[in-house]
Amino acid sequence: MSSPCHTGPGVLPAELEATTRTVALVGPPNSGKTTLFNRLTGLRQKVGNFPGVTVEHHTGVVRGENGKEAAVIDLPGIYSLVPVSEDERVTVDVLEGRMDGIKRPDAVVVVTDATNLSHHLVLAARIISIGLPTLIVLNMADELKKQGGSVDVLSLARQLGTPVVLASAATGDGVPAILNFLTAQTHSSASVELPVLKDAKGYRDWAVRVGNKASYRKPATPVWTQRLDRIFLHRIWGPVIFAVTVLLVFQVTFTVGQGLSALLQQGLQLGGKNLGRMLPDGMFQSFLIDGIWNGVGSVLVFLPQILILFLVIGILEDSGYLARAAVIADQTMSRVGLNGKSFIPLLSAYACAVPAIMATRTIPSKRDRIATILIAPFMTCSARLPVYTMFIAAFIPAKPLLGPFFGARAAAMLSLYVLGFLMAVFTARILKSTILKSDAVHFVMEMPPYRWPTASSLGLRLLDRSKVFMVRAGTIILAVAIVLWVLTNFPMEGGKRPAIENSYVASIGHAIEPAIRPMGFDWKIGVGLVSSIAAREGIIATLGTLYGIDPEEHAMDLQAALHRELSFAGAVALLLFFAFAMQCASTIAVVRRETNSWKWPALQFGYMTAVAYVSALVAYTLLK
Amino acid sequence: MIFNFIKRIHRKSPATLADLQVGERAVLGELEMEPATAEHLMNLGLIPGVEVMVAHSGPGGDPRIYRVEGTELALRGELSRCITVEPQSAAAD
Repeated sequence: MSSPCHTGPGVLPAELEATTRTVALVGPPNSGKTTLFNRLTGLRQKVGNFPGVTVEHHTGVVRGENGKEAAVIDLPGIYSLVPVSEDERVTVDVLEGRMDGIKRPDAVVVVTDATNLSHHLVLAARIISIGLPTLIVLNMADELKKQGGSVDVLSLARQLGTPVVLASAATGDGVPAILNFLTAQTHSSASVELPVLKDAKGYRDWAVRVGNKASYRKPATPVWTQRLDRIFLHRIWGPVIFAVTVLLVFQVTFTVGQGLSALLQQGLQLGGKNLGRMLPDGMFQSFLIDGIWNGVGSVLVFLPQILILFLVIGILEDSGYLARAAVIADQTMSRVGLNGKSFIPLLSAYACAVPAIMATRTIPSKRDRIATILIAPFMTCSARLPVYTMFIAAFIPAKPLLGPFFGARAAAMLSLYVLGFLMAVFTARILKSTILKSDAVHFVMEMPPYRWPTASSLGLRLLDRSKVFMVRAGTIILAVAIVLWVLTNFPMEGGKRPAIENSYVASIGHAIEPAIRPMGFDWKIGVGLVSSIAAREGIIATLGTLYGIDPEEHAMDLQAALHRELSFAGAVALLLFFAFAMQCASTIAVVRRETNSWKWPALQFGYMTAVAYVSALVAYTLLK
Repeated sequence: MIFNFIKRIHRKSPATLADLQVGERAVLGELEMEPATAEHLMNLGLIPGVEVMVAHSGPGGDPRIYRVEGTELALRGELSRCITVEPQSAAAD
């Protein structure tokens, strides 16, 4: 995949594709399908509690006891074979062999929730009717048992004419049987004619009959979900808990994350010094240490903070709380013409706009979907975090504000998050009352039961995020660091590095200075802005290199150097600029892909840059 | 006050899902909306003849969360007003 914010296991090697059988994993959202996929393949994938979190189909290879291999495709969750959103369409198209580039699967594994059997049997029956060899997995066997439910698997298999396995993706029970099916040499087609019924009512009655015949005993409704909902959706406590949760996320990210970042920074500096000592003085040493090590390192130190943010969002998502947050947010969203469904991608946009924009595929209305895509980059993504952290730490004193846990820096950080959110809401309102006006679209969302997030699923997710971040640091940021080093070290003066004022980078900075002077930025910040067009955090690497090279400031750390170069008003202007501008090549690329036109990303880039420029200008003029 | 009176009458024989109080149960009647939306809701579990219960209300009273069999669904008032219900006693099962 081309987007750096979202990795998947990737495509299968061509030679495997030709000979290996492919089996599709399908089922309703929240049936534990992705957990099962992770357990089977060991490959990384996002596990969520949201309906429709799996927007991409991911593929993995499994090897059975017989040594045979099979490819498994994890398809987006569906409720029926009539798709209502784009990710559901993917699943139905693959199953019916209408998906370009993906051959029709040889067999299907339907993952259902054993605690909600009659509902999920309807979907199972419809998938069996497609005619592919099918295995029905009754997942969540552990929960079924714990809550006093039971089912006769053999009777179910006889009635459906397909093999049925009672399993638990969480504990691993029943997984070997699934593996056997995946890697089996041959499959017999369904041996029973299932009734073709005309409506949902007919199917439901049929499912209840099948369940009764298989002596299905429904488990008790989980009490904890009801109890927790009474608190989390409370008229007063619900919104309060929501606000406190958001605050805590930022505070934890800022305090714990910053401590870890400081440690990492010390380590990196020490490493750089030692490495520098081992190399002979000269051009090469400067390129390696000043250019690459310090440039990439200044961005790498933010990895702990970003991971903590993803960890906290992951816990909220996997536990099921985010679905409740969407319900709480729905009223606010309806005021700007959107609904709670848009709130889900917008929340994940706080981590990264790229997966958020891909997650809009679950929004049924096309106009709502485009509006959500257009406002998503206003949400404070993790790439802004290093920039915010750096400038806030340099310009805002660490004073306690509301008790020891909420200081002036956290308040500044929070207000930037709020500003981004308000601008998104404002923009949505404009869009939804002008070019993207549409009839109210119904808000229907399934509430998953509360579940304990598992350490393995969170761990896989963090590993995934680290890889994405490292790849970014190793590609975009590395490229920026190299280009910058070249620009600061040429043209040579008598075979040596030029004074910084005479370098190419100064010429570029001075060229754009007239445009950025009104915002209080000098040419060095200007170079930083140019280098952050590809990726926001690029500015830190750039300023690190620029100030690191300036002999006067060489010994000072970046924050102190910033303090000398930029006024308070200029810093505020810069923060506002970063809050609103669309400086992210990956986001532009994914918007182009998802809207299938250059019109939307162009409009978005122009609009966001204008908003950023004007607000920075106003802030600087008022504060200076 | 006159509105209170009307509300009480509704509570005796609720006409739609939106008229039910939190904690109240009823049997789903007709889904009076465009067929595609109705079909989607039925696939999610809102099937005529099935018992429904108002499980929770969102903080502002909208959307509310309804429980049908093992599934919980959040619906806005604009949609729940289009779904008729019959009092539970009518469906002795």
